[in-house]
Amino acid sequence: MASLLHDIRHHSVTIAAPLPLDSGQVLPAVTIAYQSYGALNADKSNAVLICHALTGDQYVASDHPATGKPGWWARMVGPGKPIDTDRFHVICANVLGSCMGTSGPASPDAATGAPLGMAFPVITIIDMVRAQAMLLDHLGISRLHAVVGGSMGGMQTLAWAATYPDRLASALVIASAARHSAQNIAFHEVGRQAIMADPDWQDGQYYGSARAPTKGLAVARMAAHITYLSEEGLTEKFGRRLQARDIKSFGFDADFQVESYLRHQGLAFTDRFDANAYLYITRAMDYFDLADPHDGRLAGAFAAAKDVRFTLVSFDTDWLYPTSESRRVVQALQSVGAAASFVELSAPFGHDSFLLDVPALDRLVAGALGSGF
Amino acid sequence: MALRPDLAIIADAVPATSRVLDVGCGDGELMVALRNKGVDARGLEIDPANVTAAIARGQSVVQGDANRDLADYPDDAFDYAILSQTLQTTERPDRVVGELLRIAPRAFVSFPNFAHWRVRLALLWNGRMPVTRLLPVAWYETPNIHHVTVSDFRDLVRAKGIKIERVWHLSGDKPASDAAASWRAEHAIFLISR
Repeated sequence: MASLLHDIRHHSVTIAAPLPLDSGQVLPAVTIAYQSYGALNADKSNAVLICHALTGDQYVASDHPATGKPGWWARMVGPGKPIDTDRFHVICANVLGSCMGTSGPASPDAATGAPLGMAFPVITIIDMVRAQAMLLDHLGISRLHAVVGGSMGGMQTLAWAATYPDRLASALVIASAARHSAQNIAFHEVGRQAIMADPDWQDGQYYGSARAPTKGLAVARMAAHITYLSEEGLTEKFGRRLQARDIKSFGFDADFQVESYLRHQGLAFTDRFDANAYLYITRAMDYFDLADPHDGRLAGAFAAAKDVRFTLVSFDTDWLYPTSESRRVVQALQSVGAAASFVELSAPFGHDSFLLDVPALDRLVAGALGSGF
Repeated sequence: MALRPDLAIIADAVPATSRVLDVGCGDGELMVALRNKGVDARGLEIDPANVTAAIARGQSVVQGDANRDLADYPDDAFDYAILSQTLQTTERPDRVVGELLRIAPRAFVSFPNFAHWRVRLALLWNGRMPVTRLLPVAWYETPNIHHVTVSDFRDLVRAKGIKIERVWHLSGDKPASDAAASWRAEHAIFLISR
């Protein structure tokens, strides 16, 4: 439940400097919750920033405080793993607008102490990156060995290269895109409407009440979850099999296994995520288009990023951020002469492949981070 | 591991500190050698397993097709383009050569010589498409869709007004003399320029 979620204490810093936002509004101060792994070396040159996805969090390689489940990228980050914490100081911060300790719609209003709700300003992917840069300033890290991210984390990684090209040596972008397509926006809008149509949403001021829009948030998650999987993967996992019954019920219970699975995914999600945060972060993703400030020329975004080594990875079954979007980024990088690597990996899991067991991805990540270090 | 002889010749001939695009770079073997001498090497490779292997070695390689994706590179993006053992697999070798010399002022192009005496003999005596050490695959499944001879290539570059800076001929893995290279070279490496 939302109240339990907001009772968790996260490791965080509050930076009392104003954060100017793309919307023109200013956050007077920002709290950033983060986790770090591995030692920072003496000249502070081994830091790797991992950017998490829409519903991810800073617990990249440690158990989730709400669910108790292992970190979302524990298979990738740790001693001796592809992102080797024996070599790198790994930082992962909860994004601006989220609900795991960083400033977001559940944060208190400075004047009243009440949760901001929809009074929290609309933020962008680049605002998230600015907040991360403030955290790094606070930590005294001027330059990153690498920024790494999948999905929305990849968008932040691209935004890092575009916004602070001198502050990173390499960028690793997995299953991502430099803009949100009409289809991406459309799916997010379905999710937002599900939340806002839930009477328990109460115009976003549900924090103090006993009701939270869990039904709407669960439906939003169900719709989004479909986009993370491939048709082939769904068919293989569930087919048309029935759930705990031999015959159809001729009713509206979860007859099919796939229905039961989605209902479970939707409901479980509400234990660990805040509905307003979902609204804000999906909005930030929809607004994302790195070419927009450059008259639609994506290359313009990377004009100063010639010295960043980029690695992009897509998956052949990912229809949410398909290979064509990664290729578009690669073409922009090549046109400015940046060192870019790109490969489309074959994996059956759709967009979620970046979180799952794809051995070729492990080799790529290790190679992309290891070079020149 | 020692470099393939044609790659060793190219690696030796590329000046340190130059910028190079290796088209059809495989798993990045030549790129590693080039990097070791200070060359800024990038690669283009069609096979995802090879691309993965090259990136895992720390090389900058883009998965792509030389028939289409060279168009994504700007004019003069590199000092040298390299196309080793790939020309004969392309859909339009003439256009690929043109693209190489658009993105770099100079290019290394190497290919198996289809006029080598063993190839000629195979055709002459057996009346069959030759299957040799450098052309090891039967005609129906070979990726080599545009067989080319040393003389053919010279004709092509002449017709396109391209200069030949230098040529190396190989027989087996050893240098072959330029005399009667058309017969005796199993393999040729051309350094061409605009």
